Amino acid sequence: MKNTWIIFSKEMKSYFSSWVAYVLLVLFAVAFGYMFWIALDYFVTAGMEMQMSGQSYPMSINEQIIRPLLGNVSVLSLFFIPVITMRLFAEEKRTGTIELLATSPVRDFEIIFGKWLAALGLYACLLACTAIDFVFLFVYGHPDLKPLAAAYLGLLLQAGGLLALGTFISTLTRNQIIAGASTFAACLMLYVFAWVSGFNSSTWATVLAYLSVVTHDDSFAKGVIESKDAIYYLTVIFLGLFFTARSMESLRWRA
Amino acid sequence: MITVKELTRRYARTVAVNQISFTVDKGQIVGFLGPNGAGKTTTMRMLTCFLPPTSGTATVAGFDVLDQSLEVRRRIGYLPETPPLYPDMETRDYLRFVGRLKGLSGEELDRRVDYVIGRCAVSDVKHKLLGKLSKGYRQRVGLAQAIVHNPDVLILDEPTAGLDPKQINETRALIRDLAGEHTIILSTHILPEVEQTCQQVIIINKGRLVATDSVANLEGRARGAETMVLEAAARSGVLDAGAVQRRLAQVPGVGSVLIKEARPASAIFETESRKGELRRGDLARAVIEGGWDLNEIRPAAMTLEEIFLRLTGSEPAAAAEPTPEPAEPAPHEGAPAQAISDAEEPHA
Repeated sequence: MKNTWIIFSKEMKSYFSSWVAYVLLVLFAVAFGYMFWIALDYFVTAGMEMQMSGQSYPMSINEQIIRPLLGNVSVLSLFFIPVITMRLFAEEKRTGTIELLATSPVRDFEIIFGKWLAALGLYACLLACTAIDFVFLFVYGHPDLKPLAAAYLGLLLQAGGLLALGTFISTLTRNQIIAGASTFAACLMLYVFAWVSGFNSSTWATVLAYLSVVTHDDSFAKGVIESKDAIYYLTVIFLGLFFTARSMESLRWRA
Repeated sequence: MITVKELTRRYARTVAVNQISFTVDKGQIVGFLGPNGAGKTTTMRMLTCFLPPTSGTATVAGFDVLDQSLEVRRRIGYLPETPPLYPDMETRDYLRFVGRLKGLSGEELDRRVDYVIGRCAVSDVKHKLLGKLSKGYRQRVGLAQAIVHNPDVLILDEPTAGLDPKQINETRALIRDLAGEHTIILSTHILPEVEQTCQQVIIINKGRLVATDSVANLEGRARGAETMVLEAAARSGVLDAGAVQRRLAQVPGVGSVLIKEARPASAIFETESRKGELRRGDLARAVIEGGWDLNEIRPAAMTLEEIFLRLTGSEPAAAAEPTPEPAEPAPHEGAPAQAISDAEEPHA
């Protein structure tokens, strides 16, 4: 565990000393801030229209602002996750520092786990940007905190799975751009698999939809922690890290 | 300290290291000598547990590189061919990171990091980004990284490659200094490096062990022959390099004469002779008396290729390829070197 911590803190430092973290944070905050502004503006306008026309439909900050916005965050993440993971191993392979790690008295899984945790840590920082905007909702309104927390947990689990996948892809190449592009493609596929369930209900469509990361986010977004969905994400994380470990081992045989 | 038995490493199509065996005693500096692509790096990578061997065994400090890999890694300091540096880290932070990775912590970590910073003379750059360091500093930080945890065994892959002559000397001196505390294996394709720093030499070529011997013995075996390089020039006009070559071949003791480089007005020759049989004055006189100018005469340093020739009695890779012999000697156009030996021209 100590070694995992050493790798984790080194990776975190390198995210923040190479500007990667700041660029991602700013881009993410701006993109999410824009979405937040649109959603809030829409909500307020709709509320005023309703007041003026004398109608009263039930309005909910959780359902009409937070939930769609966090749905957008999971799309936004598709673009950010590849950037977070692409350098993890590809850069070590290119600069040769992988030789330092692989000849140090550290187990492969400690290295992999530390790097993945750091990637998840940076992603959590991105999510924290959204919290800055949400604070205003709590200042001026009374949204429910529990569904928001569940939705954050869902996003973290979803990102955890995709980050593990990205970590694995990063071990396959020494070229960061290839790693990033492939990770983006893989994440996108896992995202759009869900669409098939909209028009098709055959067995393969059900399987495909089950494989999608989006399908399993629904319950979290509603504020419900479903164990089967949590298990799905944990499985993706485990598989991603497991394949990373296998890949690192084969690196030694082929290198 | 290190025992290697019939170590073999195959890649998809090639055999990089083929059944090599050797042992290294504690506290020794061993030179691992071979041309590029001989299998030096592969062997070192197997000793450092980066690559698993295809067959055979290697033990470091009594631990097997395959079965007790973590124990071996704890006892080894490794400097790969390119120092494994993170460009966006500062020197001191980097050394602390490596130290912690190797299992140091607390006071001991601080003490060791400060020690290696002084030892490898990198205190000037301890707060600089590694990506901005010059080649010499990068190499020294690489060395500092390898010794930070005070390992029993140091494995250095071409530690002086790419350095300038002053830095090469400094690095060699540093390595010699480290010898008392560590057992060192260093790879190189530069012969003088081995002569200056090592006590024992292991020579490999094309993945096979060619010789393992002490430096003194190796020099004795290699220095049986002597090569002289000399440059002759015409007093005016064009130099007939062929004529000079024939004249030099007649000097008593000269085995063969090679035209290394031919220019219109001058040419560089290389003569080979058995040690002690040739007087340099005879060579000089032959040129002067032939009516040419002698610009330079000096003994040639033994190249690794020549050592291979002597030790193995086989042709080195480059010479083994058949080179087309031109029918007419064309020395003025930088033609392939032509040899005239005693056997072909029985003047002597």
